Amino acid sequence: MLRFIVIRLLQAIPVLLAIYTITFFMIKAAPGGPFDAERKVPESVLEKQRAYYGYGDSLSTQYFRLLKRHITFDFPPLASVPGLTSGDIIKNHFGPSVQLGLLAMLAAVLIGVPTGTLASTKPNSLFDYAPMSVAMIGICLPTFVIGPLLALVFGLWLGWLPVSGWFEWKDRILPALTLGLFYAAYIARMTRGGMLEILGMDYVRTARAKGLKELLVVFKHALRGGIMPVVSFFGPALAGVVSGSFVVETIFQVPGMGRHFVQAALNRDHSLILTTVLFYAILIIVANILVDIIQVILNPKLRYQ
Amino acid sequence: MNSSPFIWLLAILTLQVYSFATEADDAAAAQIFLFGNESEPPSIDPQINTTINGNRIVSALMEGLIGYHPTDDNLPESGVAESWEHENYIVWTFHLREAKWSNGDEVTASDFVYSYERMLSPEFGAKYAEFLYMMKNAQDFHQGEIPFAEVGVKAIDDKTLRIELEGPTPHFLNILKHSAWFPVHPPTIEAAGGMYKQDSNWTRENYVGNGPFNLKSWEMNKVLIVEKNPKYWDADTVRLNEIHFFPTESLNTDDQNFNNGANHYVNTVPPILIPKYIEDKDPHLRMEPWLGTYFYRFNTTKKPLDDSRVRKALSLAINQRAIVRRILKGGQQPAQGNTPPGIAGYEPPKLVSYNPKRARELLAAAGFPDGNGFPKLSLIYNTSELHSDIAEAIQQMWKSILGIEISLRNQEWKVYLDTLREMNYDIARGSWIGDYMYPDTFLQMWQTGDGNNYTGWSNDRYDNLIRGSFSEIDAVARLEMLHQAETILLEEMPIAPIYYYSRIYRIDTKVRGWHPKLLDNHPYKYVYFEN
Repeated sequence: MLRFIVIRLLQAIPVLLAIYTITFFMIKAAPGGPFDAERKVPESVLEKQRAYYGYGDSLSTQYFRLLKRHITFDFPPLASVPGLTSGDIIKNHFGPSVQLGLLAMLAAVLIGVPTGTLASTKPNSLFDYAPMSVAMIGICLPTFVIGPLLALVFGLWLGWLPVSGWFEWKDRILPALTLGLFYAAYIARMTRGGMLEILGMDYVRTARAKGLKELLVVFKHALRGGIMPVVSFFGPALAGVVSGSFVVETIFQVPGMGRHFVQAALNRDHSLILTTVLFYAILIIVANILVDIIQVILNPKLRYQ
Repeated sequence: MNSSPFIWLLAILTLQVYSFATEADDAAAAQIFLFGNESEPPSIDPQINTTINGNRIVSALMEGLIGYHPTDDNLPESGVAESWEHENYIVWTFHLREAKWSNGDEVTASDFVYSYERMLSPEFGAKYAEFLYMMKNAQDFHQGEIPFAEVGVKAIDDKTLRIELEGPTPHFLNILKHSAWFPVHPPTIEAAGGMYKQDSNWTRENYVGNGPFNLKSWEMNKVLIVEKNPKYWDADTVRLNEIHFFPTESLNTDDQNFNNGANHYVNTVPPILIPKYIEDKDPHLRMEPWLGTYFYRFNTTKKPLDDSRVRKALSLAINQRAIVRRILKGGQQPAQGNTPPGIAGYEPPKLVSYNPKRARELLAAAGFPDGNGFPKLSLIYNTSELHSDIAEAIQQMWKSILGIEISLRNQEWKVYLDTLREMNYDIARGSWIGDYMYPDTFLQMWQTGDGNNYTGWSNDRYDNLIRGSFSEIDAVARLEMLHQAETILLEEMPIAPIYYYSRIYRIDTKVRGWHPKLLDNHPYKYVYFEN
């Protein structure tokens, strides 16, 4: 097991290097730079700023200098937010994203898995069609529709929850639900698919033949195999969700990472773009390794390989 | 369906909205102003900040020699300077009042000298350093040619500041209101890495200001809170206890916040909701003239736009009134000239108007009768629904009136700026918001080779008039020269003015001391809640 983890981690290094390189050259290929503004700034001033923030040198110098600083965690100053580094941004804004992401995924699992399971036990009945149609709507409706809709109903009409902000526990509910509903829909569909396959298998029939209660058959024997597709989906989804959702964060005014992702690109701030992209990449890699480990634990067939 | 439960439900929902005191009500009772500021400013250092949103915060924390007047931007309001006199509008002497920094230090004349040195130091690289070029020798110092001692700013004693300008400037007091002229606290700057540190972090670590408010807390993308500064010289006037600036980027969220009683002010109303609020006679909605112009630039170095008749034809074929009434609907005015009205003593020439007949004649005279043989030009604008609606309308107007086809290209902001700078366009959307109350803030940019010109347009008479006005001592004659210059601009038309901006926002009806201002500067020390 340890050997497996070490190999996977070593494999990650060239992947990250490739991501860093591609991102760097894509930023540099985009027109405009962080110091462009509608009002013209004297060239002498621009030169000073480029030199200070490290945009003045040749591309190869910039490339290696930034790489070195990222590897040593010595994050360079941000041209788009004078006084802060990209490390500060992650330190201050990753927390809210993690909170939001975990709550969203919790909501997604709590809604998605039971719904999908229920649907799979009574396939092609009302219990299947109704929740699966709702799930389809959940997938089709983008968060920028669901979010304001929830805010309108629970915030403006009912007055139960705040429309936006990130101050007290009540503020967490609507954004987490908005983000979670989308994943809940996916998870429900995946659970249903996985469960249908498993419920038709021999060992489930054996369990039933033994005279086990249906509840036990479904939740103890079948669900373990049935949620496999969900588990492999869950890892990357979790990484995506905790690294921030631009739309949900903007709608609900959450001070998370997602907005920095987009702002960094709009500002052409190479340091912040590279940091956020690398950070996301690392999260995905770690999440995938964790998924592999969990799959081994859940699936006895893999355990001996 | 039986409708009565439904109606009951509705009634309950409606009651829910009105039956409780909202957050905004509670805050108003405590004189706390909840302010939707639209976006997070990159910096609140007055010498680094260049954003309007940032300035709304900076102006609560810092005060220049001259302050914002509560009702009329043309008038000076005494700030740190208690009184002043001038010799021929060139040498200005300011007598500073007994004012204190928030840490208790005296605000002295040498603080201003230090601040202007920082602003102009080539090492510091302030983006708005050019605002100070009107001080004698400031430009030479900024370009590293002479030492700072030769720049025209001196502390005569602790409370007397003498500023010598390059030329007579009757409107200098108006210019001094701009945040580029605000002071900073020298010991704080020195403690945070010195005068030349480009990303000095004193604003986040230890904000020492001299304004009516102090920085209380700043959580990025969440909220920035300022509280009343008891050491402010005019603290008795200040009635607000706190202002909470929310950087809510989504216009819809901000609007919902306001409707939900979580804000007293929203900086912008989603364009789609403006007609609704007008129809509902929303008591919070304000639509007030703003000192800004929306226009199209013509690339005068390209054929056939190098012919002023073509440019004029294109401009006269724009039905500005239709754009303002049918698309914008927010109280904007059709632009008859380049400089918006409202600057004391200056009546801008009114030479731009919708005239399809004259437009067709001009185009024919330029060799394109009914648009025949006119090349397919393209129009660029930065991505925005409003810009795109306007561009589509104008595309249609040019097609039906002049018989010409143009293509539309929208570009992401930085790409658009790059295209503009490279002059890699035919026609481009542009806008300009005035920095101070004087017409040259709208006219200097069209001089030959000016960094903001981007049209390639050049006219000797225009340049001479603008430059000549800088040394004209008589205020009336000076404005007359600018008027002549603007007339030339509008006859040559390197730009097609489209409309004058308006500020469209919503504000709680309990707010007092907040007046329509052309520059959108609102001195918070006069703002309070009537409960």
